Amino acid sequence: MSTKEKEPLFSAKNMNALLGPLGRNNPILVQVLGICSALAVTAKLKPAFVMALSVTVVTAFANLLISLMRRGIPSRIRIIVQLVVVAALVILVDQVLKAFVYDISKQLSVFVGLIITNCIIMGRLEAFAMGNRPWPSFLDGIGNGLGYGLILLVVAFFRELLGSGTLWGYPVVPQWCYDHGYANNGLMILPPMALITVGIIIWIHRSRNKDLQEK
Amino acid sequence: MKGLRNYLDKIKPKFQAGGKYGRFASTFEAFESFLYVPNTVTKQGAHIRDAMDLKRTMTVVIVALLPALLFGMFNVGYQHNNVALGLSDTTVMQNFWFGFLKVLPIIVVAYVVGLGIEFIFAEVRHEEVNEGFLVSGLLIPMIMPVDCPLWIVAVATAFAVIVGKEMFGGTGMNIFNPALLARAFIFFAYPTSISGNEVWVAGLKGGAMLQNGGALVDGYSGATPLGDAAAALSSGAVQSADAIQWSMGTTPIDWFYGFIPGSIGETSTLAILIGALILVWTGVGSWRIMLSTVVGGLAMGGVFNLIGANVMMTLPAWYHLLLGGFAFGTVFMATDPVTAAQTNRGKYIYGFLIGVLCVLTRVLNPGYPEGMMLAILFMNAMAPLIDHYVVQGNVKRRLKRSKANA
Repeated sequence: MSTKEKEPLFSAKNMNALLGPLGRNNPILVQVLGICSALAVTAKLKPAFVMALSVTVVTAFANLLISLMRRGIPSRIRIIVQLVVVAALVILVDQVLKAFVYDISKQLSVFVGLIITNCIIMGRLEAFAMGNRPWPSFLDGIGNGLGYGLILLVVAFFRELLGSGTLWGYPVVPQWCYDHGYANNGLMILPPMALITVGIIIWIHRSRNKDLQEK
Repeated sequence: MKGLRNYLDKIKPKFQAGGKYGRFASTFEAFESFLYVPNTVTKQGAHIRDAMDLKRTMTVVIVALLPALLFGMFNVGYQHNNVALGLSDTTVMQNFWFGFLKVLPIIVVAYVVGLGIEFIFAEVRHEEVNEGFLVSGLLIPMIMPVDCPLWIVAVATAFAVIVGKEMFGGTGMNIFNPALLARAFIFFAYPTSISGNEVWVAGLKGGAMLQNGGALVDGYSGATPLGDAAAALSSGAVQSADAIQWSMGTTPIDWFYGFIPGSIGETSTLAILIGALILVWTGVGSWRIMLSTVVGGLAMGGVFNLIGANVMMTLPAWYHLLLGGFAFGTVFMATDPVTAAQTNRGKYIYGFLIGVLCVLTRVLNPGYPEGMMLAILFMNAMAPLIDHYVVQGNVKRRLKRSKANA
């Protein structure tokens, strides 16, 4: 280790680990991971934001811990070790949410616990943290969490605006619109429309990054 | 007409690649081939040469839709003036004109929004504008309630064209029937504007029809016969179909002629039958699908008759053919060549299951009295699967035969 040249904290490679997932290598749009919770918690902005934050924290610290332990984990039981670490972090997050934002914690209900099974987390542990040093792993975790959260917020923005006429719980569609016959779109509240919204975002993303298009 | 041709020839160079308006090549091409048969012919490769192209197919469907559309316009006025308000002095033309003015804006909105989006996508993709929307744009108004707000029609049409068609690659690539998708969108997104008793007659909801001092006929609710049956089921007041109180005392012969409330184009089974004859006679619509859908509906209705556990189950099977959107869906929606099964045996299965699912939904789920829309959309999704197994079955059969002969 000591013979190697010291890498700067924010080298190009590390920045790529952090920022790549926000655009070109987005976990939802490109790897199509974490879809289940993206459909379930995006009816409103507030729970989506809390969910995005929780997943970012869990991914970042799970990546960090696993990367620290990566040389000591026997490869045959590595999935179980990873699960234990993730589960511990999720329980921590769950307790924090219950303590400080109880109503949102109730809205998210089972989906906080289900962060354990979020494909993004296990995917990053397997694909990145098991083979990289702690600091890049930590950045990779934050990047993927934020990439996931970004899509969640975009989807939740449109679903809450069109489905409930509110943003972050505050009414934004003025009353005179309703008086003149405007109505909230009930389909937007239902999960199928979340799927279609994600699909449209993927469509736009692919048409801007032509090399991602499947032949 | 000569002048128009000359004018088009004169401005044509401007719209070709490199011309002043080269970006709008698709738009120009669309208008030119809409007005004139294009004089380009296939030059190479083996093709069947036939006078039948997509444009002709679409035109035939439009012609087949006209009887139902014209009757629908008349019926809008008839339901409003003669049934709801109880007037007896309006003429056929007055009723028709009333309905025409109600329906025309919906048609215009559907065409403007749908074609507008199609033109934009064609320009961006540098493709020719397809004729596919000419039919969808007329189908959408015909399956709407007459009072559906125009902005909702516009949003639903945009959704159907973008998500239903362009997302999959445009005309011919769509999995679901775009017109039905528009209706399903409204059904789930804005349920109050497309379900209940009050939306099927112009001006009933909100009482706009009463402005000039008129009064509703006693006991008038605007319920469709299908709505009556569903209400009888959910209230549990009657146990057999004979005891159902049909709103305004309509009888199956009224349902056949179409003097009942409902979506604009769906009420008259007779007018739809005329359209079906045109489609089958010209070979544009598949008689296999129409026939098997009817058989499927009757079969499922018959099975329910045998069970007879509730009032909806005791409804005579042939009632289902006259009620709601069954006839319209069978003739104009299920036969959509893009979204239906392609193989002949597949068409029988596809149609039969549409009929079965439609009656199944109506009878078992009073929350969705109109089962036809959901049945067709569901079978749209299943059609490629059916075709796959029909084709594979054929391959297997022929392999076996060639082995036996060898």
